[in-house]
Amino acid sequence: MNLKAADFFKKYTMVFALIAVVIFFQIKTGGNILNPQNINNLISQNAYVFVLAAGMLLCILTGGNIDLACGSVVCFVGGIGAVMMDKNINVWVAVAVMLIGGILVGVWQGFWIAYIKVPPFIATLAGMYAFRGLSNVVMQGFAVGIRNTTFLNVFGGGADCYIPDMMGGDGINMTCLVAGIVCAVIYVVVLFKNRISAMTKGYKVGPVYVDIAKAVVISAVVIWIFYMLAQYKGIPTSLIWIAVVLLAYAYITGNTTMGRYLYAVGGNEKATRLSGIDPRKVYFFAYINMGLMSGLAGILTVARAQGAQPTFGQGYEMDAIAACFIGGASAYGGEGNVFGIVIGALLMGVINQGMSIMGVEANYQKVVKGIVVLVAIIFDVMSNKKKK
Amino acid sequence: MGKILLEMKNITKTFPGVKALDDVNFKVEEGEIHALVGENGAGKSTLMNVLSGIYPFGTYDGEIIYEGETCRFQTIRDSESKGIVIIHQELALVPQMSIGENMFLGNERGNKNAINWNETYGEADKYLRMVGLSESSRVLIKDIGTGKQQLVEIAKALAKNAKLLILDEPTSSLNETDSKALLDLMLEFKKQGMTMIIITHKLNEVVYVADKITVVRDGSTVETMNCHEMEIDEDRIIKGMVGREITDRFPKRENVNIGSINMEVRDWTVHHPIYTERKVVDNVNFNVRRGEVVGIYGLMGAGRTELAMSIFGKSYGSSIMGILYVGGKQVNLKNPREAIDAKIAYVTEDRKGNGLVLSNPIRVNTSLANMDGVSNKGIIDADKEYQIAVEYKDKLHTKTPTVEQNVGNLSGGNQQKVLLAKWMFTDPDILILDEPTRGIDVGAKYEIYCIINDLVKAGKSVVMISSELPEVIGMSDRIYIMNEGKFVGEMNAAEATQENIMACILQSTSTGGDE
Repeated sequence: MNLKAADFFKKYTMVFALIAVVIFFQIKTGGNILNPQNINNLISQNAYVFVLAAGMLLCILTGGNIDLACGSVVCFVGGIGAVMMDKNINVWVAVAVMLIGGILVGVWQGFWIAYIKVPPFIATLAGMYAFRGLSNVVMQGFAVGIRNTTFLNVFGGGADCYIPDMMGGDGINMTCLVAGIVCAVIYVVVLFKNRISAMTKGYKVGPVYVDIAKAVVISAVVIWIFYMLAQYKGIPTSLIWIAVVLLAYAYITGNTTMGRYLYAVGGNEKATRLSGIDPRKVYFFAYINMGLMSGLAGILTVARAQGAQPTFGQGYEMDAIAACFIGGASAYGGEGNVFGIVIGALLMGVINQGMSIMGVEANYQKVVKGIVVLVAIIFDVMSNKKKK
Repeated sequence: MGKILLEMKNITKTFPGVKALDDVNFKVEEGEIHALVGENGAGKSTLMNVLSGIYPFGTYDGEIIYEGETCRFQTIRDSESKGIVIIHQELALVPQMSIGENMFLGNERGNKNAINWNETYGEADKYLRMVGLSESSRVLIKDIGTGKQQLVEIAKALAKNAKLLILDEPTSSLNETDSKALLDLMLEFKKQGMTMIIITHKLNEVVYVADKITVVRDGSTVETMNCHEMEIDEDRIIKGMVGREITDRFPKRENVNIGSINMEVRDWTVHHPIYTERKVVDNVNFNVRRGEVVGIYGLMGAGRTELAMSIFGKSYGSSIMGILYVGGKQVNLKNPREAIDAKIAYVTEDRKGNGLVLSNPIRVNTSLANMDGVSNKGIIDADKEYQIAVEYKDKLHTKTPTVEQNVGNLSGGNQQKVLLAKWMFTDPDILILDEPTRGIDVGAKYEIYCIINDLVKAGKSVVMISSELPEVIGMSDRIYIMNEGKFVGEMNAAEATQENIMACILQSTSTGGDE
């Protein structure tokens, strides 16, 4: 039992770290960090981190490979979209161009990395400079505003970037609350359906109290978050995008053959190749995906800011990489999952926000962030050492 | 009788949940070669790690008495300063550095601020001569073969003024000539008064060099045999290792039913991937029939693995020429996927490097080469995958609590079974097994042989590449002999003996490799 408890703790270390950090700021900010508006901000301000980290995770899985260019690509793609909308081109055409632009960037970088064997660090470093430059070219060095309300509403910008309340609660957003309860119910149903199906097939299942505890804790957290959001303005549209991306990537990494190949290539590329899988296709896939996610992050970023600027997206790549590593992705590849990056991104987000509320100076905020990343990795390395 | 140099008394070492060593007593006399034998996981390496200070004093119970005094080693440095030097199975050399630099790595010649290169290379050369190497110590490690690298490791140990030299599987990656040379070198050192402990799986080597043999089984020393007092042969040692007598090391195949030709290779020539003028495989012809085990015997470096991998979807080599027939039809396999689709499986000799994803569980490794078998339109059927992994686990008797266990945590024999399971799941007609029993213990070997027999019984063809003569002779129906890239002989198992196979190789070498 003692061993099991230790395993449990190790598996969810970062979750406990997140809880500890939240409690710390809750005390330090006099309960401010968990007020409805701040929870809302935590989600919408960090939307880009979740999206980029999902793309980055796939790259990191293939062997600790990263994409340094995605911050510049966010700016480049966002700039293109802003300029197009500024010229009154149809909003959906603009969105399509932005996403396809992201994919093309992925194809460009992925080709060099996968087929010509340019080290990803170098290939994407080149991209980081080049696309930053191109963003300036596209925007001619100036900020470009976005006034297209459809675009802003759909992608979470401006004042109305919330799912409208269709039930008309009194001071509280009923749609939001109901959505939260529905999510929790779906989770519980899926959890127990899996358990029952495993049992009928005669597989070993864990003790029932574990699943019950899991169901209770997770539904409580989900309902509580939606309850808090309901007290503010409801569901931010960016949350929808985050949820879609995270669910899709959890599915890709966990349930598809391509997901399996990502882990296999990161775990042992030679063995994977001799198993009849072409590792080049796997790298190519990972970087194309990264491009697509950069495109989506670009859309979310310019929507939130209601415009594009040539300086947008700076350091975004590092936020995404940090979220992955804090979330337990291995710097050597082959290990990591979507749940981890969610925790990693939240941890970074909470620390940022907590320090801002406390009024910590921006420069010191960076120092703290750096230390957090280092501590997370040290912890990971130490616990792996003990395993051996 | 010499005096006792080392005595390890009542050593007990526990890892969480496991007692790796249980009240072990072990004595080594000065000037002897003492062999430590036992199955994988019996505790040999743990015992040596306790001795050399890798597990520091305090993490184990018991006493180490060396040269008459009780020792409490905290680090490897402590034990090395006393002259106890261990040479690990995996070579610890930096390929990009010269022999001399490697030899004094961490122990540089010169003063604090500057390395004295003349002294480094001068002394290094001196030690190289002692192990019979004529290379200059300025040569880079990556430019010499594995056999010579092993000798460099020994020279490195000598440079540390070793009095007690521990060699952990020193010949596991050497061919027979190099192994013999190494063992002779050990005998030479013995004459000069060096004491040595050798850990090895190769029992013929034990019989060849050892003065005493200590058998370790399940974490305890079972017995110590003195080779000068009693007649020791391999069967006697095996009996001690497994605790029972293995009457037959190779299971018999009954009702052998050999059918039509299943795969044929004609005029197969492969060039080195980098030095493209060099022929690694030279005009090879062979075939394998249904229900047949064909052995390919050759020393390491003969081109066996290169031959197998070039057949398996051109995964090795450049400008590959020749014709390949599978099931009577000529095929051109451009990559491993096409080879798998043509129902060929290649089970690598290097299970950690080329075979398994160690960080993934058994389940994932079992399905990796046949993801279509457990998925539909790219979506994995988790239930099916689990069932298949369990099915193969049971069929091959893989010892593991669950198929969710990471392969990296399994013993060598069990890893080999997972690797076999992975390829059996691709449902091949032709299996090329490259050194299928390398580095695994006697019991697991027997089980692997039984699996091979079951495969051919089901009408499949097995090509078994091996550098262990008894295994090739014991398991094959027909044997090809390979030397320096060429096939230099073919014989039926009935007529094959160790002598005429070796003669075949020696002849071909002396006449320049002609058939």
